[in-house]
Amino acid sequence: MNAMSHNQAGNAYNFGFLDEYAKKEVRRAILKAIAIPGYQVPYASREMPMGRGFGTGGLQLTLSLIGPNEVVKVIDQGSDDSVNAVNLRRFIEMTCPGVSTTTATAECTLIQSRHRIPELPLTARQILVLQVPYPDPLVVVEPSEDKRKTMHGEADYSRLLVKLYEDIVKFGEITISHRYPTRINGHYVIDPSPIPRWDVPKLNDSAALILFGAGREKKIYAVPPHTKAEPLAFSDVPFRVEDFRDEQGRRRACARCGCVDSFLDEFVTDSGSKTYQCSDSDWCDMQLRKARQTQGEPA
Amino acid sequence: MSYVAIKGGGQAIAGAAAVSEYLRTEEGLGNTGAEPLAIDAILHQLRHLVDRVVSEGGVYYPRFAALAIKQSMGDTLEAAFALRAWRSTRPRLSETPPLDTSRMRLIRRISAAFKDIPGGQMLGPTPDYALRLLRLELMDESPDAFRAVARNWLEKCPEAELPDTFPKVLDALRAEGLLPPVSATRGQTAFDITREPLVFPVPRSAQLATMARAETGSLLAIAYSNMRGYGDVHPTVAELRVGYLPVMLPHPVTGELVEAGEVLITECEVVAMYEADEAGGKPVFTIGYGACFGHNEVKAISMAILDRALQKGMKDGANNPSEDPEFVLLHVDGVDSMGFASHYKMPHYVTFQSDLDRLRTTQQKSGEPA
Repeated sequence: MNAMSHNQAGNAYNFGFLDEYAKKEVRRAILKAIAIPGYQVPYASREMPMGRGFGTGGLQLTLSLIGPNEVVKVIDQGSDDSVNAVNLRRFIEMTCPGVSTTTATAECTLIQSRHRIPELPLTARQILVLQVPYPDPLVVVEPSEDKRKTMHGEADYSRLLVKLYEDIVKFGEITISHRYPTRINGHYVIDPSPIPRWDVPKLNDSAALILFGAGREKKIYAVPPHTKAEPLAFSDVPFRVEDFRDEQGRRRACARCGCVDSFLDEFVTDSGSKTYQCSDSDWCDMQLRKARQTQGEPA
Repeated sequence: MSYVAIKGGGQAIAGAAAVSEYLRTEEGLGNTGAEPLAIDAILHQLRHLVDRVVSEGGVYYPRFAALAIKQSMGDTLEAAFALRAWRSTRPRLSETPPLDTSRMRLIRRISAAFKDIPGGQMLGPTPDYALRLLRLELMDESPDAFRAVARNWLEKCPEAELPDTFPKVLDALRAEGLLPPVSATRGQTAFDITREPLVFPVPRSAQLATMARAETGSLLAIAYSNMRGYGDVHPTVAELRVGYLPVMLPHPVTGELVEAGEVLITECEVVAMYEADEAGGKPVFTIGYGACFGHNEVKAISMAILDRALQKGMKDGANNPSEDPEFVLLHVDGVDSMGFASHYKMPHYVTFQSDLDRLRTTQQKSGEPA
């Protein structure tokens, strides 16, 4: 809205909203982040015309990487049509004339996402940009950024491991539900953004480049393609993703497409019953199309 | 079965914008006398709102600040945010040398340290000693009476030749050897917080720049914690001045400094308890400095107190939140903090699903019904 009214006032913005100096700085930070997998590169994050916390970090990465032939997909909570995804996509379309957008994971070259990695495996020609509220996994054990920086340098994650251990002692379980601390390339532990544990294994040996942008905290980091990503765990207490089995131990299915191997959102319907649906809307549509294609054909 | 809960985002956003616009213009319903708020009216009659927004927006553009206030319907956080977002797309064209605030065209200048100061105390426009009684006569002010007030005031105002400069109170104290000598880093290029991230420890110029565009209430709250007891700055306001500061820029061809315009600023210098000189010299008072765009006295005083607290924290280690540079500097920016507070209103279905999974599993393990 803001940019649009400024445009009407004759104050044209640069392609990709940011000025070229800002984009260059972001690109330099990206290169450094790729060169040191998992290291949080500080950068002078610009104010964007949407709220800090709504994806300004991811957006600065997207706008700095976007080229004229780009096919962009924007998702929030796995959906292309949630309010924030719509808002960001509209802003990209408005400030990057000529760029095309899509909801199809298979067709895009650049994905900006909040809280999810698509179910469809990404390819080497794709880049995934994740929006990050808290870039530092150590913040749960150490509030001072200065001290955390030293701890990262020394790969000193002992206090984080103690926190996981204390969880097991208190609750019999590691209680971290999302933002699961993950060691990259054998050194830096990252906060993989608030993706569910379900998505963490997708970081490991990913064909696509995965970038993380924290606008408010002014950090960029990366999991380069085919890099090792290991969630912190103990040899006798392995890392576990979300459990979608019902009381009888059967895997719950998406009520819409029937898929039994996707991350599900649960919600209560108007009649009061509990329903499950794929969180990834494009994946859900793909499964529906597949089911329709095979319908009528002999089993 | 439709895809639930998160369809129709585009329509919802357009609807939200339309109903907000309805509220902004609602006064015009069946009211032929209703007029849109003029930018000039905001600039003049809501001047302290403009002061606050230019200061927190971090760019001296009062007309756009007024526009931001108009479109945000007076929400200072939103207005400063819109101005800052506009500012962030502008290139940095030039750098000013350090500007000499003794050359300010003053509208107000006071010292709490001395009864009389060289150049004199000048109360100027301030509500400090006003009785906070509602002026009911303003409820229905006649336009004619309104227009007459300023004219009458000017007519009665005696012509006075004001000097071009007023000496700084601190200079007198410094000449007496009661203050530390001017730091050797003075005149060095200032840290530009719009172009470089804060990686701690950060230089004092980065601290000052961060506080200069901080959200007023946030800065006040942390400074107040220091004043009340979580800290011990105990400041004396050596000088507080408000006025128009000439902005000097190097001429693009000759390189000679030329006056490019002036900005309204508030500047506050506090003197705090003395410290022993580590090199064995005489003990001297310590100083805190605050300055910001616009007429924002509470902000400038808060900033000066926090500058002193932070210098102390940097030297001796932080004993209170207000002495910890990370604590202060990373929590006073209005755009950052309001954005993050607002973001909690966005959907968090996925992370909440994850939370449910953890709690149910943990409950099962502890033998309670899942």
